[in-house]
Amino acid sequence: MSQPELPVPAQTSGEPVEAEFEERESQVMVASQWKLIWWKFRRHKLAMISGVVVLGIYLVALFAEFFEVFPPDQYAARYTYAPPQTVHIIDTSSGTPRIAPYVNGYKVAIDSFSLRRTFVVDPEQKIPFRFFAKGFEYKIFGLIPADRHLIGPVNPEDPLYILGADALGRDLLSRVVAGARISMSIGLLGVAISLVLGIILGGISGYYGGAIDNIIQRIIEFLRSLPTIPLWMSLAAALPVNWPPLYVYFGITVILSFIGWTGLARVVRGRFLALREEDFVLAARLDGAPQMYLIMRHMVPSFLSHIIASITLAIPGMILSETALSFLGLGLRPPVVSWGVLLQEAQNIRAVSTAPWLLLPGLAVVIAVLSLNFLGDGLRDAADPYGR
Amino acid sequence: MLQFIMRRILMMIPTLFAISIVTFIIIQLPPGDFFTTYISNLAAMGESVDQTMVDAIKQEYGFGEPIYVQYGKWIWKIITQGDFGKSFQRGQPVTEVIGDRLALTVVLSLFSLLISWLIAFPIGIYSAVRQYSIGDYIFTFLGFIGLAVPGFLIALVLMYIAFKYFNQSVGGLFSPEFTDAPWSMAKVIDLLKHLWIPTLIVALEGTAGLIRVMRANLLDELHKPYYITAKAKGLSEFQALIQYPVRVALNPWISSVGWVLPGLVSGATIISVVLSLPTTGPMQLQALLNQDMYLAGSFVLLLSTLTVIGTLLSDILLAWIDPRIRYQ
Repeated sequence: MSQPELPVPAQTSGEPVEAEFEERESQVMVASQWKLIWWKFRRHKLAMISGVVVLGIYLVALFAEFFEVFPPDQYAARYTYAPPQTVHIIDTSSGTPRIAPYVNGYKVAIDSFSLRRTFVVDPEQKIPFRFFAKGFEYKIFGLIPADRHLIGPVNPEDPLYILGADALGRDLLSRVVAGARISMSIGLLGVAISLVLGIILGGISGYYGGAIDNIIQRIIEFLRSLPTIPLWMSLAAALPVNWPPLYVYFGITVILSFIGWTGLARVVRGRFLALREEDFVLAARLDGAPQMYLIMRHMVPSFLSHIIASITLAIPGMILSETALSFLGLGLRPPVVSWGVLLQEAQNIRAVSTAPWLLLPGLAVVIAVLSLNFLGDGLRDAADPYGR
Repeated sequence: MLQFIMRRILMMIPTLFAISIVTFIIIQLPPGDFFTTYISNLAAMGESVDQTMVDAIKQEYGFGEPIYVQYGKWIWKIITQGDFGKSFQRGQPVTEVIGDRLALTVVLSLFSLLISWLIAFPIGIYSAVRQYSIGDYIFTFLGFIGLAVPGFLIALVLMYIAFKYFNQSVGGLFSPEFTDAPWSMAKVIDLLKHLWIPTLIVALEGTAGLIRVMRANLLDELHKPYYITAKAKGLSEFQALIQYPVRVALNPWISSVGWVLPGLVSGATIISVVLSLPTTGPMQLQALLNQDMYLAGSFVLLLSTLTVIGTLLSDILLAWIDPRIRYQ
């Protein structure tokens, strides 16, 4: 697996819950909303596990350099399409088993038919690697210099391609890790932009109602009547080719949020409309609470949990869209490394049949999207702790 | 009802107008235009360009003039003559270029749509009726996987499997010897041989979502008193199910069935690119990349129009089927 998964914390809920039921009930009466949500969420085991996986992926993305074996753009022509190596943790060759992690090296064979170099795993040859090894130098958050990596070959010249290498002999593991940073953050940033737009416009629409509501709803309907994929493609194609990668990155994010905000705006509006009529809001208004205070103190907290759930469910969509756009060559472009960019190398059947491991970034996408979906599902169920 | 339909059709006009403006702005966004790229490419190969021809085309479409003039010329021709402009890349009218690929795209999309409905509805109903059974868990799990795996990845993996283990190439819709051949019985058979894999892949993409929707909707209905009454009166489970709750559970699906319309025409763009199918999707991608703006623009305009019409059809269908909906 590309992402080292964090150990799942022991489930504290379970049988003890029954025993403590009486005590629990008295706690429930006084528990805050967030505590209730947490209790309800904890019961959803799949969502809990997914939450840990998501956390793990974001940690990997945050400390990407630490998890990389080689710099993601370091190429080695000698190891073009080197296949993945099997990891051995325990060395049994000397008779007594001892803990000495190693991978097998490669033998190069020339295919007599296609005259192409192919790699054969050589069981004789052992490439030892170690954890927390010294490797290339990097800066944590661009500030703190460091050179330790989760794994690294003992001899820095040795090939260590746990997930194989691509056409230029670049380490796929390092590239998938580097891609996690871009792909996962584009989802977060895109959702953040959609959220700001959605909350402001949806809030205005739902709070004031009337003509403003009507106009904003027509705009949303209009944006939704545009076909998504062709629209994304057209907008992405409009990004100038000579833009620096960072601009393209933000450009793509903005394009993705351009449609995304309408969904969030609808959720926010619906919540506002429902809450406006609630007694506690009326009471606060009659009490003379200023409008901004009323919104921020009374209304927002009661739908915040729903918003968080909607956000979590919106991120995977963004990740998939970015992957699809980059895959088509309309999104991010090399040298930027994202999962979609990596999959672009697996676009034709020739590359895939020579090096099927080039599809592995796809697995990373699937795991990320799947766990975000489960997490969002659990959050949505837990978001309303007073219901049912 | 008739009044409602008329009003909705009238409301479509400003929407379509707005869509055409937005479309035009979007396709104008990329810096430079087709001819600058085209001329510089030719110049790079050491060839010269027939400047008079380029000037004539530029004149015709109002290149270099303000954007609203260009828009005016474009939209006027569409309304008055049904002329969507020319594809610069291919030197043919846009209608011909799209028309060439339209038939195959619609066939492909239609088949995959039917397949995905045929798979999704029974499974969705089963999952809801036997909630939390082993089968439900398996389908729910598969459904979530289906939602998380991008269609093009499935296409790539299947292509790899077909190539590796069955030694069959999956790309394209025709064998090489039939690609340019005129239509004949043999060609049709060849097409059918190639068609089923892409059809299945495209179908699978939508199936997972549809199963989830069907299951959730039906679950909401199964606890309603009318269903219990129907069963209490002695209807068999199957009959009671199909006659009442399933009908109601179909409503949310009906309200979005209209969006199938643009989908029929656009095909599954990304999957088509991977499998190199001669559908409209890859054509649109090429047009965008080459700044073949009238081809790209007309296509987006066509799809948007179909989306709007599709939404209208959905609304009418829903009003017709669901007696609870009233229009004043």
